[in-house]
Amino acid sequence: MSRFFAALGVVLFIVGLTPAFATDSIAFGEFYHQSVLGIKLTPKLVGLVGKQVTVVGFMAPPLRATGNFFVLTRQPVSLCPFCNTDADWPADILVVYLKDDQTFSQRNRPLAVTGRLEIGSYTDPGTGFVSQVRLVGSHYEDQ
Amino acid sequence: MKKLIVAALMVGALAGSVAALSVFPIDKAEILAGAKFDFKVELSGVQDESGVTLTINGKTADKVLGKKPTYITEDLGKAGQGSAYLLRDVVLKTPGTYKVEVADSVGNVKSVTWTVYAPAAKPVAKNIIFLLADGYSVGTRTAARLLAKGNTEGTSNGLLAIDQMDRTGMVGTSSVDAITVDSANSMSAYMTGYKTSINALGVYADRTPDPFDDPRQETLAELIKRTTKKSVGIVSDAELEDATPAAVVSHTRLRDEKAAIVGMLLAAKPEVLLGGGSAYFLPKSVAGSKRKDETNYIDLFQKAGYELATSATELQAAAAKNPKNLLGLFHPSNMDGYLDRKILKANTVSQFPDQPDLTDMTRVALAVLSKNKDGFFLMVEAGLVDKFEHPMDWERAVYDAIMYDKVVAIAQEFAKKNPDTIIVAVGDHTHSISVFGTVDDSKPGTSMRDKVGTYAAAGFPNYVDADNDGFPDSPDVSKRLAVGWGNHPDYWETFKPKLDGTFAPTVQNEKKQYVANDKYKSDSAVLIQGNLSYSDATEVHSVDDMVLNMSGPGSDQVKGYQENTAVFKYLVKALGLKP
Repeated sequence: MSRFFAALGVVLFIVGLTPAFATDSIAFGEFYHQSVLGIKLTPKLVGLVGKQVTVVGFMAPPLRATGNFFVLTRQPVSLCPFCNTDADWPADILVVYLKDDQTFSQRNRPLAVTGRLEIGSYTDPGTGFVSQVRLVGSHYEDQ
Repeated sequence: MKKLIVAALMVGALAGSVAALSVFPIDKAEILAGAKFDFKVELSGVQDESGVTLTINGKTADKVLGKKPTYITEDLGKAGQGSAYLLRDVVLKTPGTYKVEVADSVGNVKSVTWTVYAPAAKPVAKNIIFLLADGYSVGTRTAARLLAKGNTEGTSNGLLAIDQMDRTGMVGTSSVDAITVDSANSMSAYMTGYKTSINALGVYADRTPDPFDDPRQETLAELIKRTTKKSVGIVSDAELEDATPAAVVSHTRLRDEKAAIVGMLLAAKPEVLLGGGSAYFLPKSVAGSKRKDETNYIDLFQKAGYELATSATELQAAAAKNPKNLLGLFHPSNMDGYLDRKILKANTVSQFPDQPDLTDMTRVALAVLSKNKDGFFLMVEAGLVDKFEHPMDWERAVYDAIMYDKVVAIAQEFAKKNPDTIIVAVGDHTHSISVFGTVDDSKPGTSMRDKVGTYAAAGFPNYVDADNDGFPDSPDVSKRLAVGWGNHPDYWETFKPKLDGTFAPTVQNEKKQYVANDKYKSDSAVLIQGNLSYSDATEVHSVDDMVLNMSGPGSDQVKGYQENTAVFKYLVKALGLKP
C-alpha cells in the first residue's frame, strides 16, 4: 500500500512539473453569484483567497501594451466602439497582475494563469480599472 | 492659364475659410418654432470681438435670438484655442428662413440658413408608440419572415406585424461628419430633428474636449414633458444607458458616458424605465458596479417614487401595484436574447433565469402609461438585434427580430382600441446582412461550402415551429438559411448556429489587429478573408437606406425617401406640440 502511495507520489511529481500541480484551480463560472443589484463571491472563491490558484481563460486586449496588468475573461473579448466600450467588460472577469512587466503578445488560444488570489475592491493606479477579484504575482502559459 | 490658377487658388481659399468657422445649428437645419436649442459660433484662433460681425437676417443676433450671445475669447479646442459665441436655450417663435452670417477679423466668412417650421394647427394623435429594432435591415426582416412564417412555392405563409403597417418609406441615416452612422446620432436624429455627429446624443459636436458642454437640442420627450401633461416611457432589452434609450433624454458628445447618462435619465423622470444596465446604477463599492463614484441611483430612483423590479416575476408584481413610476432593471449589462433564454440556455441565462420578454415589458409599460388620460410617448428598443448582428450571429439577431415583431403586434392591438395612437416601427441604421440561399447538411462534400444551395438548388429551409409560438423550435435544423455579410473582419464561417454562446468572430493579436478566432476553425469551416480594416473587431453598420414604417393618424406624412430627421417632424406635428 505504501508502495502504491509512493508510486502515486511519483506520478503526481511528474504531473507536478506543470504549474497546475501545487495550486488549486477554479473556473470562471464558479466565481460569482450574480444578481441585478450586485454580485456576490461564491464560497469556493472566498475559500481560495491567499492561495495559489490557476484559472483558464482568454487575455482581453490589454489596456496598455507593456505592463504587469491584464484582464482574463471566460470568452475572447472583442472590443468594438459601437457595440462595447472599455467599460463594457463582462461581469465575470479576473484581473491579473504579473510578477514582472512585459510586452503583451496576444495568443489566439486560452491561457492558464497561476497566481495568489486576492479579493476586494482595488483601483489600478495606472489605468483606473476597478477590480474585485485578482491574481497577483502571476505567471501564465498557453493551454 | 494664369487666370485659371488664380481661380483655383481662390476656390482653395474659400474652402479653407469654410472649415475655419463653424455655426451650430448647421446649414439646412430645420427647427420647430418654440423648441429650445443652443447657438454656437466657433471662430478660428483667438480674436477680438470688435473685428467680428454676426448677423441673422441682416439684424444683430440679439434682435433675433432675444439675447446677445456670450463672446468667449478663449474657447479651448482640441486643435488649439479659438474665440466663440455661445447662447443656450434659444427659442425662435416665428416660422420662416433664418440666414446667419459671420465674418471674422481675419477674412473668414460663413453663412448658414435654418428653416423654422410652424407647429401643426391641431393634434391628430394623442399617443406615440415608437418601436425601434436596432440595426433592423432588409436582410434581418426577410430572415425573420422566413423563420417565423415560412414560405410555400414562393409566397410567404404569413405576414409579420410590421409588414401590415400603413405606410412605408426609405430613410437616409448619414451623419454631420460621415456618410456612416451609429446608434447614438441616428436615434438622436429621430428624437431631436437634428443631424449630428457619430457618438453624439442630443448635441452638436463642438471642438471642445468636454463631452457635456456641446450645443444642445431639445428632444421630443423633453418637449412633451415641458409642454404637455403626457407621460414618457423608455424600454430596451439592452442597457438603459445605451445609445438608443439614452437618446430619448440625454445630451452628451460621447455615448460612452453611461454613468452620467443614468443621472440624465433620473433628471428627466420618465414614468417608465425598463431594461438592462443595472451596473451603472450601483455605487462603486458594490461588486459588479461600473460607476466610478459612490452615487446609488437605485436609492435615488426609489426616493423619487419609482417602484423597483429586478425580474420578470417582480415586474408583474410591481405592475399589479398600479405604480405611477416604474423602474425595471433585469440585468447588469445587456439582457440575454430570446434564443438563449428560451432554447439554448447559453450566455448569462443561468445567472439571470427570470428575465422578462420585450413583449412583457411593452405590455407593462403600456398599462402604466395609458392610465394618463392626456396620452403618452413610449419608446421600445429591440437593442439585441444589433448586438448580435455585429458579431455576425444572425440566428440570435433574427430570433430577437421576431420578438420585436411581437412587440409591433402588441402596439397594433393597442392602437386598434386607441385609434388616436401613432406607431413608428423603424431601425436606426442598417447592417450588411443578406439572405442568399440555404445550407443543406445532406448535400455531399467535406467543406461546408459544398452544402450551400443558391437559386433553384436553394429550395426551402426546414425550420419547425411545432408549438406554434412564432419562433422556430430550434435554429439547428438540417436545412438552414444561408446568410452572409457585406462587410466583415477575417473569420471562420461554420455555416452553423453557435449553440454554446454568441459568436466571437475575432481575437486581437499583438499588433492590435483583429484576426479570425481559431475556436471556430475546423476541416469543414471556411476562413473568410476580411474586407474591413484590421482595427475592426466585428461587422460594422452599413450606409444602406433604412425602411420606415408608420401607422395611425399623422402617418400619411411618410414620403418615399426622407432624412431620419423628418421622423421628429412627423411626430411633433401628429401630436400638435406647440412649445
